[in-house]
Amino acid sequence: MTPQPPVGAGAPTPLRPTHALRTHDVRVAFQGNEVVRGVDLELRAGEWLGLIGPNGSGKSTYLRSLLGLVPRTGTVELGDGLVPTPTDLSFMPQAPELPPGMTVVEYVLLGRTAHLGWLQAESTQDRQIVASVLRRLGLASFADREVRSLSGGEAQRVVIARALTQQAPVLLLDEPTSALDVGHSVEVLEMVDELRHQDGLTVIAAMHDLGMAARYADRLLLLEHGSPQALGVPEEVLDPDLLSRVYGHPIRVVELDGHLVVVPAPRPTRPTGGRHTAIDLESRRMEEIS
Amino acid sequence: MRSRTPTPEAQRAPDALEASVARAFRRPVAALLGCVALLVLAILASASQGAAGLPVEGVVRSLVGAVPGLDVEQTLTTQQEQVLWQIRLPRTMLAALVGGSLAVAGAGYQGVFRNPLADPYLLGVSAGAGLGAVLALGFGLDLSWGPIDALPMAAFLGAVLAVIGSVLVARASFRDPATLLLAGVAMAAFFSASQTYALTRLDETRAREVLSWLFGRLATHGWQPVGMLVPYVVLAGAVLVLHARHLDVLRLGDDEARSLGLKPARSRLVVVTAATLITAAAVSVSGLIAFVGLVTPHVVRLLVGHSYRLIVPLSAVLGATFLAFVDIGARTLVAPAELPVGVITAFIGAPFFSFVLWRGKANP
Repeated sequence: MTPQPPVGAGAPTPLRPTHALRTHDVRVAFQGNEVVRGVDLELRAGEWLGLIGPNGSGKSTYLRSLLGLVPRTGTVELGDGLVPTPTDLSFMPQAPELPPGMTVVEYVLLGRTAHLGWLQAESTQDRQIVASVLRRLGLASFADREVRSLSGGEAQRVVIARALTQQAPVLLLDEPTSALDVGHSVEVLEMVDELRHQDGLTVIAAMHDLGMAARYADRLLLLEHGSPQALGVPEEVLDPDLLSRVYGHPIRVVELDGHLVVVPAPRPTRPTGGRHTAIDLESRRMEEIS
Repeated sequence: MRSRTPTPEAQRAPDALEASVARAFRRPVAALLGCVALLVLAILASASQGAAGLPVEGVVRSLVGAVPGLDVEQTLTTQQEQVLWQIRLPRTMLAALVGGSLAVAGAGYQGVFRNPLADPYLLGVSAGAGLGAVLALGFGLDLSWGPIDALPMAAFLGAVLAVIGSVLVARASFRDPATLLLAGVAMAAFFSASQTYALTRLDETRAREVLSWLFGRLATHGWQPVGMLVPYVVLAGAVLVLHARHLDVLRLGDDEARSLGLKPARSRLVVVTAATLITAAAVSVSGLIAFVGLVTPHVVRLLVGHSYRLIVPLSAVLGATFLAFVDIGARTLVAPAELPVGVITAFIGAPFFSFVLWRGKANP
């Protein structure tokens, strides 16, 4: 009889209650130009933190610095004071590389890399973990498909499967839904939310869509030019005046069915009838000046 | 999604999934056995074909009889025995070892550089070995050491020097495969120029000898070159096969590989070192044999897919098989003269590779 896969395979080893991630004064500079300027953060185990901010605000760079992909200063430590390794942090990149000819099983299997020694091959247990993660995410029938042949939503589920196979207590997501339509975005985020509740995963996700961020994250961290501007529950951080300033455009935050919705303020009403393009308005302004 | 209904795939029989997973893990037993059978066939054919044909049955009996503990009736004459053991077999084994070396090194380089055009001569190995050969053959530079002749030694050192040069030029950028590749191009250009200059200083007979070596030629010097090659093939070959898993992770790119816990620069250094040593050793006894290292991994991909765990070991066996077969042609097509084996591999390899490119199947 073949041994049964461990119960809840795909779930990380149980955490001590104190176990979480802490960063202090994390800074990243490229050629003297500081792009992350001192991020302090303390995460409870099982918490979802949403990183928000305009393009170039340092969200991705901060995530990558936690993984050690870019040189950083400052401290990053787990609750027990240890520096995190790839068995502690799994990562879902913004545009995952999907190698030609690689099948879903082969791809998800790579999530076990951190658990293998330099010359070690995967064991039966690694194999069972892959099988149970695929089954858990409803990917069993995709096992032999090539990753290149999957649709955007399917591919994203496969990347999540790889991250789960890594069995790390902290999951880092870089814009997990930037390539997906609204339906698939919700599907992916719901899946992550469900997994973190079941497994007690701690999630840090860089998110473009502020409404989605408000809906899924417990707390939000707003970055501008690499500096933290606000940290707290979505209701606090999503302040229209603050967002308008940071994003450089008037922004309104409304509540709809108990969810926060963030929308750009309506365009200013035009003085007279007829349609005007921005260029029309611009040229009229020029006339007024001259 | 919170109350996800069971999708059809979730209800699929679990053993189908287990089978898929098992398939992904399956050691390439069937394919490997098939290729090894082909290799045995190639060795038998190569050992019995030549200026003096040997009966295949007698060859098999002689080979089986050589295994300690196995006693079979021998049917070859003493003279045939001598031809088989002193001329044919060493030459055949050399062809197989060189072919396997070049192909496995090619697979390693293609994995490390994530480039389907990578071949064993990429980092200046060919030009470095060529310069060494010119100096040894043409100018009598004598670096012979112990049982190793001056020519293989000079070619080996030239090859290793060129690669060390490439790695040093790329230095800090060893993290970036593209930079290393460009450094190899620069190094190859420099060594080629030196080699060409040295060639112009030679008289015609010697220049001809050097050129024929450069085209790729399997020596018929008994077991000595085979013995020289074996340690490299075993050691470097084992290193490459054991790192095939790393090459699969590297296919995701350096950032993702690092986030998964691999150290790409270190893996790359190990694989490049092993592939370079095995190539330099092969080149030092056989000259430059084109296309084996480039094409064999692509053939394997067409057969078994893109996982390096299959590509690396199968390339070794298939490259050995291919060169053993090609060597039969080299010895018999224009007998009693001999064709440089590198000319035949290029004649076969170039059109085949063009075909693979045209089909659009050349992915690393």
